[in-house]
Amino acid sequence: MVPRFLLGTLATTAAGIAITILIPMVADAFEVMQYTLYVVLGIYTLSLAYIWGLGGILCFGQGAFFGLGGYTFAIAAINMNETTVPFLMAIFIAATVAAALGYFMFYGRLSDVYLGVVTLVFTLIIWKLINSTAGPEYMIGTARLGGFNGIPSVPPLNVPGDPSRMFDPVEVFYIAAFFLIATYLLLKFIQATRFGRLSVAVKENEVRASLLGYDVRMIKLLVFTIGGAIAGLGGALYAAYQSFIDPNAFSLEMSAKVLIWVMAGGVGTFVGPLLACFGLQALSIWISTVPWANSLLVLGGILCFVVLLLPKGLLPGLADLSTWLMARARRRTPPEVILPAPEGKRA
Amino acid sequence: MKPLLETRNLVMRFGGVTAVNEVDFLLEEGELRCLIGPNGAGKSTFFKCLTGQYIPTAGEILFRGKPITGLNSHDIARLGVGIKTQVPNVFNGLSVQENIWVSARRGRTPRMTARIVEEAMARVGIADLAARAVGELAHGQRQLVELAIVLAAEPALILLDEPAAGMTHEETERLAAIIREINRTQALIVVEHDMQFVRMIARKVTVFHQGAVLVEDDVEAVMRDARVRDVYLGKRVAA
Ligand SMILES: Nc1ncnc2c1ncn2[C@@H]1O[C@H](COP(=O)(O)OP(=O)(O)OP(=O)(O)O)[C@@H](O)[C@H]1O
Ligand SMILES: [Mg+2]
Repeated sequence: MVPRFLLGTLATTAAGIAITILIPMVADAFEVMQYTLYVVLGIYTLSLAYIWGLGGILCFGQGAFFGLGGYTFAIAAINMNETTVPFLMAIFIAATVAAALGYFMFYGRLSDVYLGVVTLVFTLIIWKLINSTAGPEYMIGTARLGGFNGIPSVPPLNVPGDPSRMFDPVEVFYIAAFFLIATYLLLKFIQATRFGRLSVAVKENEVRASLLGYDVRMIKLLVFTIGGAIAGLGGALYAAYQSFIDPNAFSLEMSAKVLIWVMAGGVGTFVGPLLACFGLQALSIWISTVPWANSLLVLGGILCFVVLLLPKGLLPGLADLSTWLMARARRRTPPEVILPAPEGKRA
Repeated sequence: MKPLLETRNLVMRFGGVTAVNEVDFLLEEGELRCLIGPNGAGKSTFFKCLTGQYIPTAGEILFRGKPITGLNSHDIARLGVGIKTQVPNVFNGLSVQENIWVSARRGRTPRMTARIVEEAMARVGIADLAARAVGELAHGQRQLVELAIVLAAEPALILLDEPAAGMTHEETERLAAIIREINRTQALIVVEHDMQFVRMIARKVTVFHQGAVLVEDDVEAVMRDARVRDVYLGKRVAA
């Protein structure tokens, strides 16, 4: 028999594959490119859903690793005229920087509040730095950093080993979707391993974990590094699909919205944050077409709504709601039997 | 033979408060010791120094002759010191079985782990709670779960900080039996306020008062000691 948690994972994967095949059938190439954005942001969302949900690490600057992935890919691809090595470099650099920052935070025994502040300040510093590189003197090899203008003409993904054969937008969509599903499966796998279960234990109670002989700092560092690598992967695909990257990847908004998606979808789950990411991203794109509305304001409003009404997030909240409704439906008949008999009929 | 645990001149200060004051403590292999003392005597702080949760202000801690002063909690735990803390430290969101699994899994194969988890639950008598989330259990049951967590790591020295708190009478009696049974293979230090409970399990008792060792003797002698009565009744102790 297939265990229940495996069944859910398989069902989600099947749904993901079905949607991936379906979208290019019903949408034209331009629309498919827009869907690629959702897929890329989905990978980014999973990176935070993992470190927060399974590791208890509340990172306020996850955009730093997304942006580092994007910039590394862009700069390396322009220099190398090829994208396979830059793609791997993007993941590697994001992971390395996450490891270095994580080492400083976890081995320095920073409390959770300071961790939030440090990660936020970290991404904002990079944002400031990159913004100030508009002048022509800021070059890395043949790539101009471009400051607030960003880096245009990032080479599109090519077939590994054959730089002359580039993937078209629909193929890039497939590639991104493949990496989203692969990331999801990887995280589900990690969740089931010894390391994954230990990281959840650390999230539940650090003191207890260390009193049992586990080096909490190391477990958190590893979780944070994996999260950085995944965000870097998302960033690389982001720069590749739109042939462009700019400092907004490092902005407060980029880091804040992923927090909102994960929180709204439910910390501790993967599918919930993904659905929240897709839904809320679609909502903000739609709102940006409405002249009098502001997408950040609406997102903030939704956040308040979620915190107040569904404190565990969308998916766990809906699960709670359905068990509550079911319990109510079951209770409906018995209470009438228990009601006291009318006075007159008492013996 | 070397003692299992030894502290020399151990001091822990918080600002102006001296919570542990020049404590020289000796515990032999296989010993069962009760540690008593009024509220604020420094018992829990002493335990936290032993397990690396606090770095002592001064003094030395030796475990099997090896200095462990100022080591990380996880390093001390790996040497074989387990603790049930005063405020239960458990994984509230996980099931009873998962809680014990985390403890049993370190350094063991999955098969050995599964066996040890079963054994620990049976020993403490919580097998029927295996699938329950620890967060929703009563305080006394959570204490038993934490005891099973500590047992599953199979430490050579087990520290129990008020393990009977919040337990029903039957649970307390079962706990006393469990502690005696554990003591056949492992050494323990048990902090407890309930004198009847102390009588059920102890031979030698150490009394803390204002961070220092006031008396150390066998249980009956300690019960008769006038100074011990005085500190428990809140009287001043003549120096
Ligand atoms: N982290 C801390 N910071 C400041 N003072 C502390 C700290 N921990 C303990 N103390 C103080 O040290 C003294 C000893 O406290 P401790 O908790 O060790 O006593 P105890 O013997 O365990 O008491 P109880 O029986 O109430 O558990 C108390 O005066 C307490 O206020
Ligand atoms: Mg105490």
